[in-house]
Order: sequence, then structure tokens, then C-alpha cells
Amino acid sequence: MDLQPISGVPALIAQSAKVVAVFSVVMLVVAYTTLAERRVSAFIQDRLGPNRVGPFGLLQPIADGIKNIFKEETFPATASRFFFALGPMLTIMPAVVTIAVIPFAAPLPTPWGVVDMIVADVPIGILYILALSSVGVYGVVLGGWASNNKYAFLGGLRASAQMVSYEVALGLSLIAVLMLGGNVTLTEIVRQQQAMGLWFALPLSLAFILFVIAAFAETNRLPFDMPEAESELITGYHTEYSAMKFSMFMIGEYAHMLTASALMATLFFGGWDLPGSWDDAFWYQGQLIRGFDAAGVPIAAAPAVWKTLLTLGAFAFKTGFFLLLYIWIRWTLPRFRYDQVMQLGWKVMLPTALAYIVVVAGTVLVLDLVGVPYGFAFGLVLTLVSALCTGAFLFALDRGRIITGAAAVGEQKLLAARRRGGLELAPGSAAGAEIASAAVVDAGD
Amino acid sequence: MVEFLFIVFAVVAVGSAAGVVLARSPVGSLLFMVASLASVAALYVLLEAHFLAAIQVMVYAGAIMVLFLFVIMLLNLGHDYRRDLRLTLTALPLFALTGGIAALLILRFRGAEQAPIYRFFGGGDAIDAALAEQGAVGAIAHPLFTDYLVPFEITGILLLVAIVGAMALAKRHVDDPVPAPAPPAEPLAALDASAEEG
Repeated sequence: MDLQPISGVPALIAQSAKVVAVFSVVMLVVAYTTLAERRVSAFIQDRLGPNRVGPFGLLQPIADGIKNIFKEETFPATASRFFFALGPMLTIMPAVVTIAVIPFAAPLPTPWGVVDMIVADVPIGILYILALSSVGVYGVVLGGWASNNKYAFLGGLRASAQMVSYEVALGLSLIAVLMLGGNVTLTEIVRQQQAMGLWFALPLSLAFILFVIAAFAETNRLPFDMPEAESELITGYHTEYSAMKFSMFMIGEYAHMLTASALMATLFFGGWDLPGSWDDAFWYQGQLIRGFDAAGVPIAAAPAVWKTLLTLGAFAFKTGFFLLLYIWIRWTLPRFRYDQVMQLGWKVMLPTALAYIVVVAGTVLVLDLVGVPYGFAFGLVLTLVSALCTGAFLFALDRGRIITGAAAVGEQKLLAARRRGGLELAPGSAAGAEIASAAVVDAGD
Repeated sequence: MVEFLFIVFAVVAVGSAAGVVLARSPVGSLLFMVASLASVAALYVLLEAHFLAAIQVMVYAGAIMVLFLFVIMLLNLGHDYRRDLRLTLTALPLFALTGGIAALLILRFRGAEQAPIYRFFGGGDAIDAALAEQGAVGAIAHPLFTDYLVPFEITGILLLVAIVGAMALAKRHVDDPVPAPAPPAEPLAALDASAEEG
């Protein structure tokens, strides 16, 4: 078995097989994430959830799919038909194709050559994902606008404002990763995490936290689901949608979640990497190698089918964990108010991300000047620095000064009034106590 | 294959650019513009300028056009179906002028050899080598931060001026000092008192 990249007709077949396999797996995972959402939410709320269709309700997504295909498609009388139909399509398309640039396993050796386990290793990797996800907002906005319904319209407007705001924080949180990765392709970022011996979640912990928050906002999931806030907007931008068009919005949302989870796993948890260097394999000057020895001589990699399967399992496990985290948080946290979402995005995430870029760049510069080679020790120093930054960030968030609830706003007014002086206390006055308790109830809302 | 794709995307780019001015509804115009920008991004990919393509989609199609859409929807411009395209006599010389500039540019940069990036690296093979060595972003960043640093910084200052100008325009009416609201003394004092009691 030679370690040459696959070429010619077998490469074409392998490429087609990868496209079909990845697309089918994405669709399958999306279907079963909807089931997982319902089952996990039921577990969290001490219910059973859908468990009648098939064993443990496992055939429920299929039943849902059939139901949605046969349901009536409604067109609101005043909707503009073309844009109304275009909305769901524009949502589903970017969500499904973004996963193409994420490597999902170690290279697979075949009798015809080595197959890279990635659909398209484009040179712009992560920029491709950012570009397509920034286009994804059109579906939501157009759907909301074309419905000609005030709730749908408000949902669409909120979606555009929110996604544009958090895209900035998302991009800036990635810059720290790109500084360590040295390249924008995801294969290279996985490779650099293998070379460091540490997954970037540790050396770049603050970037990871910012990325997770921004990714939740980008996928419109709780606590950032302002565009479809049920208690205020019915269901926001898809209020008027039914049957398969509604399904397409749902598939788009879950596919977007899947891509975001896979990105968290790839950028911050080593992608398909498992601890140790036995599974590492990357292309270096036309050879598949595992790394370099002390003298800088490449060590040939030993790809094997079982290694590919094992790393595929590792990738699926990490991605699955983040999907579960999405569901877990949705059924744990309440929704932000709209002004809080905007405050968090512009006044907290953006300056924090910018300051963190300066800190990471400074640390890398100092380490380079001191002469610490890129590796485990390098990573440990960065881990320490990032831990301090993360601690400071979480401490500041926890004080309740930045993102404040209604009760805290009342408290601040009180403090401000006291600071201005001029407050004559009237202890023990019955009327005062009554008003005070009313004020507390108001603030508590 | 590349030529076929080029023709497809070029036709879409020009066709949707015409659609921008011909469409009856502003939202239609905007979507045509997005399509045009996306096709130009596809042309960049065919030219192996992957980074430029990604930035084109991310910044223009993904961010700026979304803001346009936001404004169109906020002002509810979507229900005006009057046709705005009128060919007047003043338009013809302007059309000739812009066409002339385009022709001049085509004549000036006819071959790949005249492109600045080509001269910087010294040949197509060298560009390929730089791409392989530095990645899609590095190959852009390297000339940008060495030979073209001054134009790059000037562009940055220009953008900063634009941002400050936008802030000044947006804040013009907010400038007047808002009279501080009188503190509602009674309830707050009572709240304070009850807080201290228990």
C-alpha cells in the first residue's frame, strides 16, 4: 500500500461518495437532533417526550417528515409569493453546504491511495464558513418580510440586527485561533493543535467562550432566540409558514447548529484528533507524515482503517456533545431582553474580543522573542495567560453591572439616588413601606 | 470547464446587474445586487483569488447588503412599483464616459502580466508557490504589509474618517443635553428605608 494521495477515476468516485455520505449523515443527524431536542427537553422537565413511534420514539422524525410533506401549504393572501418561497430555500442552502470544509476523520488508506476525510479542502476554509453563514440571514429576513405579517416582520428585523452584530464578535474571537493556527484551512488548524499537544480550548479559553456565545446568537438559539421569541412574536419570522417550508426553516436551524458544533469541536477541541500523536497524519511535500523528529526529519505516518474509524468516532462524540449543550442550554436558560442582546454583543463581546486579540498577540510575540518553540510549553504559557483573562471576563460579567435585569436596574437607580444625596429616609412610615413593596414587585418583573 | 463556468457566472453577473436597475421592487433590486456580487465572487474563485472571493461574499453580500435590506424594510419601500429607469439625453454621454473608462482599463490591464500582484511575486508560478507556502491569506497579507503598507494605512484612515463622519451625522440631534429627570424621591426613599429595616 503506497501513501500517495488518491488520483484519477478512483479519486472522482471517492469524492462523490464523500459528498453523498456527508450530505446523508447531515440530514440524518438533523432529523435525530430534533428528536433529541424533544426527548432531552422532556427529561429536563420530568416528562417522557415522544416515545410511541418505534422503539423509544426513534421513528418519530420519519413520521414528522411524512406529516409535513402531506400537510397543506398555505400562502398568506397578502404575501409576495416569490420572496415567500425564496426565504426557506435561502435558509437551508448555506446551512447544509458549510459542513463541506470541516475535516471529520484521519486520512483513510485505500488500495488506490490515501483519501482525505474532508469533502472540500478549500484554501480559505473558515472564511468560506463565515461567508456562507453571513448569507444565511437573508432567508430569515426575507421570510419575515414577505409574510406581510407584523410579527414575522419584527422577527426578521431582529434577526438581521442580531446576526450582523454577533458576526463581528464571532469573527474577532476566531482571530486568536488563526494566529496560532497560522492558516485559515481547518485541516491546518487541527494539525497545529496536534503539533502543540494541547487543544486550543485551553490556550485560548476566552476565545472559546466568546465563540460559543456568538455561535449561539448566530444560530438564533436560546438564550438568543429573539427572532422567534414565542412569548412576544408568536414564532417570529416563520409565523406564516406551514408544511415543508416550515420544515425547511427547521432543517436549516438544526443544520446550522450541527455546523456550529462541528466548528467548536474542530477549532477548540482538536477536531478528529485523539490525545497522543499516534493518529496524526498530514501532507508535507507530497508525503503523508506524522510529525518531525528532533533533527527535523519527517516521520512517515501509518494510516489505518481502524484509526480512521476511531478518529471519526472522536469527532462525532465531540460534535454530539456540543449539540447536546445547545439543547441543554435551551431548556435551562431564559431568553434575554432585546436590549440586553445588543448590549452584550456590542459593549461586552466586541471590546473583550479586541482586547483578547492584543493579549494573545503580545504573548505570542514575547514567547517568540524569548525563543520558546511552538509546542507544549508554549501552549502552557498561553493557557495561564488566557485563564487570567477568562477569570477577569467571567468575574466582570458576574457582577451584574454589564448585563442587568430589571431588578438590578431598579437597584442602580436607588444607588444613584442615594449617591446624589437629597434622600430623606422616612423609616417606619406605613405608606412608604407599601410603596416600597410595590416597587420591589415592579422591579422583580 | 473553467471557460464554461466563467461564461455562466459572467452572464449572471451582468444580467443581475441589469436587474438591479430594471427590477420593480427595491427588495428585488437588492437581491439582484446580491446575486451580482456573488457571481463576481465566483469569478474571483475561477481566478484562484479565493481570499478575495470569501471577503466579497462576507463583507458585501453578507453584511453591507443586509444593512441595505434592513433599511429598505424599515422604511417600507417595498410597495412602490413605478419604473424608475428613464433614458434621457444626459444619460447617454455619461454612459459613453463610463464605457470609455472601462475600455481604457481593459486595454491597460489586458494581460495578467500588468496586474500589480503579478509583478510583486514575479510570475504565475511564483504566485502558485507563494499560495502553497503562505496560504490564501498570507499571499495577500505579505504584499499588503510590505510594499503596499502606505496605501493600506491610508485606506484605513479613510475608513476611520468615514466612521467618525457617520457617528457625527447620527449623533447630531442627540447632542442637546437632556435635562436630568428629577429623582422620584418618595418611593425610592421608602424602598431604602424598608431595605434597611429588614
